Amino acid sequence: MPEAFTIYLRQTILIFRKELASYFDSAVAYIALVVFLLISGWFFSSSFFLINESDLRVLFSMIPIMYLFFIPAITMGLLAREKSAGTIELLVTLPIADGAVVLGKYLAAMALLGVALLFTLLHFITLVFVSSNVDVGALLSGYLGLLLVGGVYAAIGIFCSAITDNQITAFIGSFMLVFILFVLSKVIIFVPGFMSAFVQYISIDFHLTNISRGVIDSRNLVYFGSMIFLFLTLAVRVLEMRKWR
Amino acid sequence: MIHVENLTKDYGEIKAVKGINFTVNDGEILGFLGPNGAGKSTTLRIMTTFLAPTSGTVTLDGYSIHEHPTEVRRRIGYLPELNPLYGDMVVHDLLKFVAGVRGITGKAFKSALGRVMGVCGIGEVMHRTVRELSKGYKQRVGLAMAIIHDPEILILDEPSAGLDPNQIVEIRQLIKDLGKEKTVILSSHILQEVQAVADRMIILNNGEVVADGTNAELMASFQGKAQLIMEVKNASAASIKALPQKIPDISIQGQSAHGNVRRVQLEYPTGHDLREQVFKYAVESGWTILEMSRQQAQLEDVFRSLTLMEGGRDA
Repeated sequence: MPEAFTIYLRQTILIFRKELASYFDSAVAYIALVVFLLISGWFFSSSFFLINESDLRVLFSMIPIMYLFFIPAITMGLLAREKSAGTIELLVTLPIADGAVVLGKYLAAMALLGVALLFTLLHFITLVFVSSNVDVGALLSGYLGLLLVGGVYAAIGIFCSAITDNQITAFIGSFMLVFILFVLSKVIIFVPGFMSAFVQYISIDFHLTNISRGVIDSRNLVYFGSMIFLFLTLAVRVLEMRKWR
Repeated sequence: MIHVENLTKDYGEIKAVKGINFTVNDGEILGFLGPNGAGKSTTLRIMTTFLAPTSGTVTLDGYSIHEHPTEVRRRIGYLPELNPLYGDMVVHDLLKFVAGVRGITGKAFKSALGRVMGVCGIGEVMHRTVRELSKGYKQRVGLAMAIIHDPEILILDEPSAGLDPNQIVEIRQLIKDLGKEKTVILSSHILQEVQAVADRMIILNNGEVVADGTNAELMASFQGKAQLIMEVKNASAASIKALPQKIPDISIQGQSAHGNVRRVQLEYPTGHDLREQVFKYAVESGWTILEMSRQQAQLEDVFRSLTLMEGGRDA
């Protein structure tokens, strides 16, 4: 079994590297990064200069909204493009587990997301220079929250990319799913009482708020972990379904 | 050894493959022939584990596509139809990726790379992007990817589709060379291609095997008529007319005369060569034979008669 695991790991890394290289070989990564950084930079600096606030809270609340577009955009092609180009046939007839394909691609999207978040650290560094009271703890938990939310969205994105061979369809599908998760906490007051606890648990904002506040509760981590696991597993299943079509 | 047993595949209502059986021996070049939509690609896709059959199974060196798909994939080199490649990758990186997934790295990769570079003649495009390559080179790169792990079994789905005549000749030679050491299964809807490279062929039509055998076997099993065209001088009309009585199997299909030269079209069943008897008769009757040529039914005719049908789904 350990040998099978090493092979799995090595193949995941190979897929990850190939996918990451293809992000940066094409314009996708650059366009997505530039747009992401421009918008996040605008949100940060507008509050920073206009209101004179040394706070990342605005940024932290804006990034999940930007995710709604950014993450479907970077995940839409992961499997849909392989299908429309036919290269999926090449890939899955290699001695590789479908799980390694999905996981490697997912991690590549997460790496691109990580690069985007890393660039937003510039704002943090700016704050350190001009401000005396920077709450490092809140900052770290804020980034952890963003990474986890991004992880869930990217898992949804790759699942939608597995369903179709059309990138636009994948984008719209994952945008809709991600938007529903995002908006649940906003509509909770309209939900009948007996369902509100359930809706609250599903809503991503509820868990994000806890973590961003610096409260790292295992319940929230379990939520993020199981959402990621659920959608990645679904993506693998959908990929396997090609055989039975 | 590859055993295909009772393989069926339905796409919804459409039955693409209807219970086919065949065996491929080690070291054989097998041609998979059939019109578009006969189920060639579907069968190959099942053999390479890309698709699962609706029923039936394929075993490859004892490994079943159901229980040990990874083992099957390890032993196969596959060139899918239309040769899909990652267009934005450099040839070298593409080969390195495929080799890496198959566990060939470091020194082993270097030697494998040297081998496929020599066999496929892709040394000069090694550092170019796939998208920039000509179709012929793309096909060679696809082949190089299929043989990077030196597989025992090579499955090529329409390897010469879209190539120009020179490239087709090159690819055929390449396949022939590879077939000296490996089991090769190639599909095509072009008869000459299969005839040129394959030891044996299976003709598929409408999802069923309609013929299976070597060139010669298929020819022999085809009950057709051979035509004998003769141009003779000094032959009396009466002696020509008397020919079918002398040699019972023969019939006269037509004749024409120019002066004292007559052109006669004879017909007799294949598998029973009557030319010697005709020659003897001609000598006895005092004919001077100017021309005598036999036109046998070509494999083309076999193919056409086996596969003439309404068009099916392209799969």
